[in-house]
Amino acid sequence: MSGRVLKSNRPVGIIGYGAYIPRYRLPASEVSRVWEGGKGSGPVKEKAVAGLDEDVITMSIEAARNALARAQMDASLLRAVWVGSESHPYAVKPTGTVVAEAIGAGPSIEAADWEFACKAGTEALVAAISLVGSGMGDYAMAIGMDTAQGKPGDQLEYTAASGGAAYIVGPAENALAVFNGSYSYVTDTPDFWRRANQKYPEHGQRFTGEPAYFKHIVEAGKALMEELGTRAEDYRFAVFHQPNTKFPQRAGQLLGFSDEQIKTGLLAPVIGNTYAGAALVGLSAVLDVAQPGDRILVVSFGSGAGSDAFDWVVTDKIEARRNLAPRTADYIARRTEIDYATYARFRGKIDMG
Amino acid sequence: MENPRHWRIRKQRYALVGEVCPHCEAKIFPPRDVCPNCGGEAKTQFNFSGKGTVFSFTVMNDAPAGYEKNLPYAVALVKLEEGPIVTAQLTDLGDQPVQIGMPVEMVTRRIRDDGDEKGIIVYGYKFRPAMSSAQ
Ligand SMILES: [Zn+2]
Repeated sequence: MSGRVLKSNRPVGIIGYGAYIPRYRLPASEVSRVWEGGKGSGPVKEKAVAGLDEDVITMSIEAARNALARAQMDASLLRAVWVGSESHPYAVKPTGTVVAEAIGAGPSIEAADWEFACKAGTEALVAAISLVGSGMGDYAMAIGMDTAQGKPGDQLEYTAASGGAAYIVGPAENALAVFNGSYSYVTDTPDFWRRANQKYPEHGQRFTGEPAYFKHIVEAGKALMEELGTRAEDYRFAVFHQPNTKFPQRAGQLLGFSDEQIKTGLLAPVIGNTYAGAALVGLSAVLDVAQPGDRILVVSFGSGAGSDAFDWVVTDKIEARRNLAPRTADYIARRTEIDYATYARFRGKIDMG
Repeated sequence: MENPRHWRIRKQRYALVGEVCPHCEAKIFPPRDVCPNCGGEAKTQFNFSGKGTVFSFTVMNDAPAGYEKNLPYAVALVKLEEGPIVTAQLTDLGDQPVQIGMPVEMVTRRIRDDGDEKGIIVYGYKFRPAMSSAQ
């Protein structure tokens, strides 16, 4: 089958990017202490938790400001502000409207919220590439951001975290990383869901690993590499959706990548699973250290289910612009440990009546 | 119903958008269209950098309706790099004590939220300890 890969009519790339990870960390040992008598260890070391006055809107604003600082452009040039998340603060009132106003974009913009579980952010990125790649606009912003929550006592309590990243797509001649193509693989798979008006998600245990995460990531990554004629060794870095530490490591192995290629973009052990932010904040950590000429493969995964795979090549513009905003590692280093009680208060798990 | 008032001032509240005086270059916040320095008309929009230092502060253990969720919290007079002094809540202190002269930077956060989770969420500027590596 040919023509599977999405390519743009005109060359496009990433003009600016910015991460955001909140300050607070809940160690896995705390979740274990409360729910498993200290006997469980959890699939990550700790996770990032948003503060009382933070949500997907405030976190997106900061990531967007970082992206604008690196892009060295005026926000009024943006033609779209799209935010992918499964924890938008409003059920009805787009996150993008507040974010756009706060960064000085609009009113001549597209603004909408994207939903596709953990790949809502990369879905917004595909749309931004399409808008700019078609020539309908010169700059578009795509954000993946979440303040994910698990049901108290559920295994997801160890990993469901807060964070994400913003990207500005624009013409390739001004890009920090040039876009070579993307491929999306989507099926109807009941691995994880949340019905309307429910606070916490449900998951179909049997479906989370093989038929969902691994199947979609491997199919998407393999197809993109086949169509572009690349092999794992052509990439310096690979970033996969990271619901925990082991899944992305194994997905990488299945696609022929070494731990060396994966480790820079693997943040789940220290920040947890940031859902729609996960693959995108992994990419921001890679861009923080990548050298001109480095090739990067990114494959997201969203339950439901689907994966978006992207191929990027870093340009020499990265070096002058990456220091114009805080690096992903700066946010990870800004760390205040909290206990389970503080966590429950921060994330509204205590019902005050 | 205070929504219209919040809505009208959203630009200055989301992002410290003020004015610069075309006569004497004074930076003005909040915007008031008249320069407090020379008295001239000043309507040119100016985006503040958001960088400043704590000029003085107090810790609130009691709060007006809609703000109780964050108690206790610190409110500071912040001297902006460009000159003006603004009153704002401090956030993301972690276990850091507040100190006079502490470098801070503006962030946009939830500043109040109706308890019944039915009303509009109000966003606005607060200040947090400056992230040292940001240039
Ligand atoms: Zn003046």
